[in-house]
Amino acid sequence: MSDAREQVLANIRGALNREGPLPDSIARSLQGRLSRPRANLKPAIGDDLTAYFIEKLESVSGKVTRVASIDEVAAVVARHLERFDLGDALVVAPDPALQGIPWSNRLRVERRAAAGGDRLSVTGAYAAVAETGSLVLLSSPESPTTLNFLPDDHLIVLHESQIVPHIEDVWVRMRRDKQAMPRTVNFITGPSKTADVEQTIQEGAHGPRRLHVILVAD
Amino acid sequence: MTSDATSSSRNDTPSIRVGLFVTCLVDLMRPNVGFAAVKLLENAGCRVEVPELQSCCGQPAYNSGDFSDSQRIARQVIAAFEPYDYLVAPSGSCAGMIKEHYPQLFATDAGWRNRAQQLAGRSYELVSFLHDVRGVAELGVARTGSVTYHDSCSGLRELGIHGQPRALLGKISGLELREMTDSNVCCGFGGTFCIKYPKISEHLVSNKVADIADTGADTLLGGDLGCLLNIAGRIKREGRATKVYHVAEVLAGMTDVPAIGDAELPDGAT
Amino acid sequence: MKPTSSQFKKSARVALVDPDLQRAMGFIKTGFVEKRRAAVERLPEFDALRRSARGIKEHTLQNLDFYLEAFEERVIANGGQVHWANTPQQACDIVLGICRRAGAKRVTKGKSMVGEEIAINEALEGAGFEAIETDLGEYIIQLAEEPPSHIIAPAVHKTKSQITELFHKHHARYGYTERQTEVPGLVDEARQVLRGKFLSADVGITGANFLVAETGSTVIVTNEGNGDLTNTLPPVHIVTAGIEKVVPTREDVSTLLRVLARSATGQEMSVYTTFSTGPRRQNDLDGPTEFHVVLLDNGRSQMLGNEFHAMLRCIRCGACMNHCPVYQGIGGHAYGWVYVGPMGAVLTPLMVGLDQAGDLPNACTLNGRCQEVCPMGIELPAMLRQLRRRQYQNRQTSAVSRMALAAWSFLARRPRLYRRVLGAAVASLAWLARVRGRGRFRHMLFAGGWTCARDLPAPQGASFQNQWRKRRQGNQS
Repeated sequence: MSDAREQVLANIRGALNREGPLPDSIARSLQGRLSRPRANLKPAIGDDLTAYFIEKLESVSGKVTRVASIDEVAAVVARHLERFDLGDALVVAPDPALQGIPWSNRLRVERRAAAGGDRLSVTGAYAAVAETGSLVLLSSPESPTTLNFLPDDHLIVLHESQIVPHIEDVWVRMRRDKQAMPRTVNFITGPSKTADVEQTIQEGAHGPRRLHVILVAD
Repeated sequence: MTSDATSSSRNDTPSIRVGLFVTCLVDLMRPNVGFAAVKLLENAGCRVEVPELQSCCGQPAYNSGDFSDSQRIARQVIAAFEPYDYLVAPSGSCAGMIKEHYPQLFATDAGWRNRAQQLAGRSYELVSFLHDVRGVAELGVARTGSVTYHDSCSGLRELGIHGQPRALLGKISGLELREMTDSNVCCGFGGTFCIKYPKISEHLVSNKVADIADTGADTLLGGDLGCLLNIAGRIKREGRATKVYHVAEVLAGMTDVPAIGDAELPDGAT
Repeated sequence: MKPTSSQFKKSARVALVDPDLQRAMGFIKTGFVEKRRAAVERLPEFDALRRSARGIKEHTLQNLDFYLEAFEERVIANGGQVHWANTPQQACDIVLGICRRAGAKRVTKGKSMVGEEIAINEALEGAGFEAIETDLGEYIIQLAEEPPSHIIAPAVHKTKSQITELFHKHHARYGYTERQTEVPGLVDEARQVLRGKFLSADVGITGANFLVAETGSTVIVTNEGNGDLTNTLPPVHIVTAGIEKVVPTREDVSTLLRVLARSATGQEMSVYTTFSTGPRRQNDLDGPTEFHVVLLDNGRSQMLGNEFHAMLRCIRCGACMNHCPVYQGIGGHAYGWVYVGPMGAVLTPLMVGLDQAGDLPNACTLNGRCQEVCPMGIELPAMLRQLRRRQYQNRQTSAVSRMALAAWSFLARRPRLYRRVLGAAVASLAWLARVRGRGRFRHMLFAGGWTCARDLPAPQGASFQNQWRKRRQGNQS
C-alpha cells in the first residue's frame, strides 16, 4: 500500500521536524556509513582462537572432536551414528569440501537438502566465531539450510583456519571474498534448546538435538 | 539569617554552613532522626541551620504527575536553601528529588534550571555526605548486636548510596552487619503506591520482611524513613521482634528511644 | 487481542493469590535474573557495549526514514518485497492478502510480538487459515487460549503440571496418549507434534529482532530452531516488524547482539541467530520463493522526538520485567495486553489508550531497577511519570487522590501553616498512641490502604520543626 508508505514516512519526518527527506549531503554521508561499515567495540578474547572457540561451544553442549586431517572424518561420523543408535543413513551437503570423504560402504549417503525423517546431516561451514563458539553457515546449493535444522543430529566439518575472532570478522571475510548475502546466514551455537517449561533448560527443541563439530587441524 | 544556639560556640571557628532539609516524614513522624542528623553533622565540623520555610521536597506532587505544584514547592526549597554551603537530607529519596529531578523540573525555564542545578550540585543525602564529603572516620559510638541494611531504591539508583552506610556502620565497635538477600530490591513503599495498590505492596513488603528475618539480625537499618515505616509496620503486623531504626540514629548513638512502631524502650536502654 | 488492562487491579489481586502462578514466577529469580547477572559479570565491556548500542539506536532513530528506505531498497534488490502498514488493520490485510494469493491453508509462526500486537492469529483464523504457533512457549499458550505473559517467555506463568495437562488433552488426536510429566518428555512430544506442521506449512511468518539497512536483511535471535524451520520450509516467508527495528549495518547488529542475549536470558549468544535476505537464490535446494517484510508503524512514529522517544530504543529483551518486583508478583496477564512489565506499562497505554490502561503507569514504585538493567538505558520511570502527568492534566486521576494531593501541596507551600496544622495532627496521634500504650495503629481513618497490610507506626510526638523552634526560642530567651 503505497499510501501507507507515504503516510509512515511523512509521520516520521513530521515527528523529526523535517519537511521532507534528509538533505542530500547528509544522505550521502549516511550512504557512506552503509557502504563502509566500521566495527564498534569488540570484547577482548585470548590469543588462542581455537581453544577459546572450543571452550565456548562446549560450554553450551556443543561437542568438538579434533582430528589431524579430513581423512579421519568418516570414522568420527561412523562412531557418532553408532553411539547414538542413529542407523546407517546420513545426508551430506553437496559441498566440494566434503566431496572426497571416504564413507564406509555400510552407510547410505545421500547428497541433497534435508527431508523430514533424516536423522543425521554432515555439512561444512563458512567460518566459526571464537568469541561466541558459533558456526557460521551460508545457504547455497552446496549448503542447503534444511540440513542445519531438520535432522536430529548435525555434524559440521570445520577447519581450524576457518575460526575468526569476532562476529564482525565474518562480515569482513564475506566482503573480502566478495560474498553477497545469501538467503540465510546462520550463526549456530550449540544444539537447539528451550527453557519454556519452568525455566528448565532442555536440549533438542525443534532444531537438532546434538551439534558435533569435527575440527580439522591446519 | 537564622542561627541556632547549639552551634553558637563554634562561631569562632570557620565551618561549613549546612542547611538541614528535614523531610516531611522525619519532621512529622520521627524527629529523633533529625536530631541525630544535627549531631552527626555538627560532630563532622558543620554549622547546622534549619531553614524555616521548608516542608516537603515536592516528590508526592511530582510522582503524581502534578508538575506545577511540584515546581512551586521546588522553588520554595531552592530559595530557602541556596544561601547555604550544602543542603543535607536524611533521606535518599528527598535528596534524589532535589539533586536529580529539580533541574529536570525546570527544563524549560533557564533561570530556575540554573538555580536548581546550582543547588543540586551542593545537595546530599546525609550518610553519603558524612562519608564522601566530610570524610568522617570515627563515630565514637559502640553498639552490640546484629543489624541488616535495606538499600532504598532512590538512594541506591539515583545517588549511588551503597558502600557509605556500610562503611560507617563498620566503625561502630561491637556491631555485626549481616547482608540480606535482595537488599537492593524494592520494599514496596513507593510513596502513594503502597496505598493505591495495597495488595501488591503487601506482597513486596512481606518478601522484604522474610529476607530480613532470614538474616536473624536483631535490627533493621536504612536511610529512608518511608521504607522504614513501611517495613516496620509489616514487621509489627507479622508479630516479629526485629527492631527498626533509621541508620542516622544508630550512627549518632541516639537509640535511647523506642524503635519505629514500638512504645517500649529497647532492652538495656536507660 | 482486546485489552483487559482496565481490569488491572482485580487481575493483580487474583494473581497474587494464585499458587500456580506464584510458583511459576518464582523461577524467574533463579532463571533469568541470576543468569543475566552472571553473564554481565563475565563481560568487562558490558557497560561500554550498552552505551555503544544506545548510540547506534539513537543515531538510527534520528534518521529513521533514511534507513527504512535504504532497507527497503536492498530487500527489493535481493528479490524480496516490502509492505508498509500504518495500522494493525492494514498489516493484517497485507498478510491475509499474501496468504490468499499463495493459496495457503496452513501458516506456521515463529514468535513475533508485532504479530501479537496486530492480533494476526485472530485475523488468520477468521479468514479460514490454520495458524500454528511453533515457539514452545507460544504453542503452549495457543493451546491454553491465553495471551502471552512475557515478551520472550510467553508461557512463563505456566507450571510443568499445567503443561502436562494441556499436552495430554490436545495431543491425543495425534496419537499421543501417555501423560508426559517431565521436561524432556514434554519437549520431545511437542517436537514430534510440530514437526508435521512445519513440513506441511504453506506460509511461515516470523518476527524480526533487527532489520539491517546495509543488506536488506531481517534477523531473528532464537534457541529452539522453530523460527528457522518457519522461514525455510514453506514456499512463502513473511516477516512482521516494527519500524524501529532497523539498524544501519551488520557491524551494528553485532554490537546489539552482544547485549541482547545476555540481557534476555544470560546467554552470550542464542543458539540460532539468523540473517534472512530475500527468497531462495536461483540454484538453492531449499528456501521460500517469496520473501515479504511488513513494516508496522502503529504509533511508533508519534513517539519520535517526544517524551517517549527513548522507548523506541527497546530491543525487546525482557530484562525490565524480569527484574521488576511488581511484575514478579503479579505476572504478565494483569497488564491486560501483549506488552507487559515496565516496558508494557509505557507501551500499552500509548498503544491502546491511557483511559484503557490507566493503572499501568501507576502500579509502579519508580524503584528504577528496570532502567538499571535495560541494555538501552531506557528511562522507564521517567516515562511512567510522564504518563502520570498526562493523566493528571487530563483529569484522569481519581477525585479523592486529586483532593488529597491538592491539600498536601496547599499546606506544603505554606510552611508555617503546614507546621501548625500537621504539627498539631501528629502530636495528637502521638498522644493517642501513648495513651493506649502502643507505638502503632492497627487501624487508621483514611489510611485503610496502609493498615490493611501493615501497622502504622505512631508519630514520636511534636514535630521536629516545632521542637527546633522551641529549643531556639528557649536558648534565645
